[in-house]
This record gives sequence, C-alpha cells and structure tokens, in this order.
Amino acid sequence: MARPHPNGPKPAQITAGRIGLYAFLFVAALFFLLPLYTMIVTSLKTMDEIRLGHIFALPEAPDFSAWVTAWSGACMGTVCVGIRIGFWNSVAITVPSVALSVFIGAVNGYALSLWRPRGASVLFGLLMAGGLIPYQIFLYPMVRAMANISLYNSLAGIILVHVIFGLPLVTLLFRNYFVSVPEELCKAARVDGAGFWRIFFEIMLPMAVPMIVVVSMLQFTGIWNDFLLGLVFAGRDNLPMTVQLNNIVNTTMGERTYNVNMAATILTAIVPLAVYFLSGRWFVRGITAGAVKG
Amino acid sequence: MHTKRKRNLSVTLALLPTWFAAVVVYIGTMFWSIRMSFTDSTLFPSSNYVGFAQYVKLFHSAKWLASLQNVLIFGVLYVSGCLVLGFLLAAALDRKIRFESAFRSIFLYPYAMSFVVTGLVWQWMLNPTLGIQASVRSLGWETFVLDWVVNRNMAIYALVLAGVWQGAGLVMVIALAGMRGIEAEQWKAARIDGIPVWRIYVSIILPQLGPALAAAGMLLAMGVIKTYDIVVAMTNGGPGNSTEVPAKFIMDNLFGRQNLGLATAGATMLVLGVVLAVAPFRYAMYLRSNRAKGAA
Repeated sequence: MARPHPNGPKPAQITAGRIGLYAFLFVAALFFLLPLYTMIVTSLKTMDEIRLGHIFALPEAPDFSAWVTAWSGACMGTVCVGIRIGFWNSVAITVPSVALSVFIGAVNGYALSLWRPRGASVLFGLLMAGGLIPYQIFLYPMVRAMANISLYNSLAGIILVHVIFGLPLVTLLFRNYFVSVPEELCKAARVDGAGFWRIFFEIMLPMAVPMIVVVSMLQFTGIWNDFLLGLVFAGRDNLPMTVQLNNIVNTTMGERTYNVNMAATILTAIVPLAVYFLSGRWFVRGITAGAVKG
Repeated sequence: MHTKRKRNLSVTLALLPTWFAAVVVYIGTMFWSIRMSFTDSTLFPSSNYVGFAQYVKLFHSAKWLASLQNVLIFGVLYVSGCLVLGFLLAAALDRKIRFESAFRSIFLYPYAMSFVVTGLVWQWMLNPTLGIQASVRSLGWETFVLDWVVNRNMAIYALVLAGVWQGAGLVMVIALAGMRGIEAEQWKAARIDGIPVWRIYVSIILPQLGPALAAAGMLLAMGVIKTYDIVVAMTNGGPGNSTEVPAKFIMDNLFGRQNLGLATAGATMLVLGVVLAVAPFRYAMYLRSNRAKGAA
C-alpha cells in the first residue's frame, strides 16, 4: 500500500542525524528565501541607503516611494510611465489566452481520446513533437504570416500565438484526463442521441473541472511569465510586464535605481506568486502532471 | 448512416483549428525556416540558394561556437544541479519533518517566477559594488570576491546558480511524489536488515525514482536548449561572449542583425539538437513499453 505520508520509522529521540537534517533544511530554506528577502528590503530602501552596500540590512525606515515610482513613473528609455502599463497589458494578454487555450485543449483532449477520429494519433504525435521544438525556428515565418493577416504587433496576434504554442501542453493534459473517463459513459450518451458538442458541454466539461483548474493555472503562470513571444509578437503598445520590466532594469540611462528595479520585479512576480500560494496543491498537481506525463 | 456522418463532421470540425496549427504553423513554418537556411537571405527572404554556406559560416563564427560551449556547460550543471539538490531536498522532507509543507512551499516558490525575474534578482544580489560582495567586505573580509556576473570566467556559473535556485523545486516535488509512492514493506524490510537510511535512499529509492527523475531531467534539458530570457535579463550575453547562448544568437541575428540565413541555420541546428537529445530517450521508452507488453 502506498501511503500519502512520510516514510520510515518515527524518530525516537533527537540524534545527531536529526540535527544535521534540520540544519540542511534551514540552510536550504535560507538559500531559497534570500532573493525574496533581498528584493523586498531593497525595494523599501532609499538610494542613499542602498549605496552603503549593506544589501541584507533591513531598511532604517521603510520607504514606499520606490513602489510608487515602479508602478507609475519608472522609465523605459525615455518613456516614464511605470510598469502599470505592462501589468494591464499582461492581464489583457493572459486572460483571453488562458480561456481560449483551455477551451480548445479540452475539446482536443475529449475528441482525441473519446471519439478517436481518423488521424487522431498522427495529430497528437505532431503536437507532441511541436511542443519540443524550440520557438526560434517558428518565429520569423510566423511574424511574416501574422503581418500578412494584419495581426502582427497586435493584442489579437499575441493571444493567437499563445493559444497556438500552448496547444501541445493543454491537449496532452486534457487527453490524459479524458482517457481515464469510461468509454461507456460517452457511448450511452450517444445511444440516447446526444451529439459531440452536447456530450462535451453537458457531461464532459462539468466532470473535468479539476483538470480545468489545473490547466488554467499552469497556462496562467506560463503565459504571464512569457518573455520571448511577447517581445516578438505583441508590439510596442501591448508589451507584457516581463518585457517592460527588463526594459526598465536593463536599458536605463544614468544611475540605476535599484530600489525601483526591485519594486518593479516584485510587482511582476507577484501575480504568479499569488496563484502559487493561493492554489497550493493544485499548482503542484499541475506541474507534476505536466512533467511526468510529458 | 446520415447521423453518423454528421457526428464525424462535428469531430472533424472541432479538431480543424488544431490540425491547421499543427500542419501549417508547426510543420509549415519549420520547413520554411529550414529552406531559408540554405539561401543567402539577409534582411528579407531570398531564393538564391547557396547550399551549406550559412552552416559553414555558422561554425566559423566565434560567437556561435562560444554559445554552444556555454549552453553545454550551463545545461550539464543546471540539470544535474537541479536533480541533485531536488532529490536531496525531497529525501530530507521525506524524513518526518516538522513544518514540512512550509519547507516545501519555500523550495518550490521560485518555480512560479519567470526567468526574467530570476535573472534580475540574482543580477542584483551578485552586483559586485553593492551586492553580496560589498556586504561581506564591509563585515571585515576585505578580499572577499563574488563578482560572477561581471567576470567572464564565472558569469556562466552565475546563470547556473540562478537557474538551480529556480528549478530545483520542480525536481523536489516530482521526487517527493515518487517517494510517497514507495511501499511501506520495502522500508520495513530494509530497516530490519539494518541498512542505514542514507543507503536506502541511494540504493533502493533512487533506482525506483529513475523514470520520474529522467522525465524531470528531460523537461529541464528542453528548457536548456530554449534558454534565452534568463540570459537577457541577467547578463545579456556578456561579459564578452561568456554567456552567449544559441537561442540568443538566433534572436540577435533574426531581429537585430538582419541575418536571416545565418539565424535559420542556427535554428535548424537547435531543432537537430532537440531531435538528437530526445530520440534516444523516446527509443528507450518505446523498447521498455514493448518489453512490458511482451512480458504481460
């Protein structure tokens, strides 16, 4: 029997081994937390304080002005409008991309596993191979194709690109989910006269809610964190937060304002972090499902 | 018969967008790019074929060769670093630990952050004038040196450090899930035989986690080939060529230097790299599934 609990005997008393174990865990936790701590304390300091060179010191008096600047005044080159533009761009890109790709992924998974049309395995194989190929080989012809249909440098364009390049992962996850659904369920509904779409909307979609949550979260963090596709396809007016963050930090003229940079970095990281901390085990389920079955 | 055909039509229609994406976008654009790599295209596509000239040029480019070497060093250290640290963390968390879920959250949260964020944070921490180096020096250790991001011999290891920080949690989660699936009887038997705990993890548990760890390693290795964001954010390829990577070389030549032929030649090599990396793995899985079928 596999158990969802720790293995091994219950430790009887504190031994040198146990102390070593905890020491290892605490050192590791320190290593993992240090960047987060550094980001936060740096963002709350003034530049004068940062110039003292005590990166780990707590701020003398927490100063939130860097946060305000990061949000609404930080400069990308000569344009100083802050990262809020990028934030809203990322929202506008991510939400429709996630909704569309989850829907298409669910349809694909359902059709491929329960209807098995001709060529299903060919299509699935193509998608899986496509998911492994580095984007760089698709980019230039995609740019030209998007320009031909007037979608290059547009919001609709970047959403379409995210949906297309998200297909392998979402299809894989939903196919693996629907494969475990008893075929009789689908057959019985068919005998009752229900068609492809009715079975999908009335039986399969409600049943797949847990998978929908997992895939949505995975896609949400993935698309929010994307840099490359946003850089190439979104266009100047729709640049996502990651791209604007990099522009703020790495293309500044004059002295770097590290407090503003770190505040902007936290602001960019905060959305996927919130998803991670609020969703807990769902996130873990998502990444393990994506990893092990991939 | 009529309804059956109608039903099939729905399925076909439902899958049509995906077929379109797979055939036109994936295969179509890939062949377009591969074709470009045999032409002398610069800013615009040209149909003047030059054979393997772009590939010859590619492999005479010091920057490309440096990129390959860098991505190899980064890849080996990053993947093995994530696997080793992830496995150790999982084994430690598997030992009936207090605050287990808190530790797990701490080890995994970097994985939710983007490579851009990861790169920027570590760039700041490793900043030689105001970062860790300055802090340690102000404590009295005047000769302390931690200048990895500006030192061309060390910059690639700065990327590894940031990468492992971001990715080790993924391996930990996968390994821990595997450890929780190991049967209690095995533990009892091993303990009765008096085998020390660390040996149980190394000799009994590690082999059983092989497939899961291989899958995690595979996933990380795929990420290595695509490595771009973290380099752009952290070092932008420098100092010199010391952190240039192939994906960045291709992007620079595609959009910065308008060198389409050379860039697509590089992209083709990248695809070839993926095929070479994945093929043995897939073949092993295929052999194993066949063997399992034969045994059943």
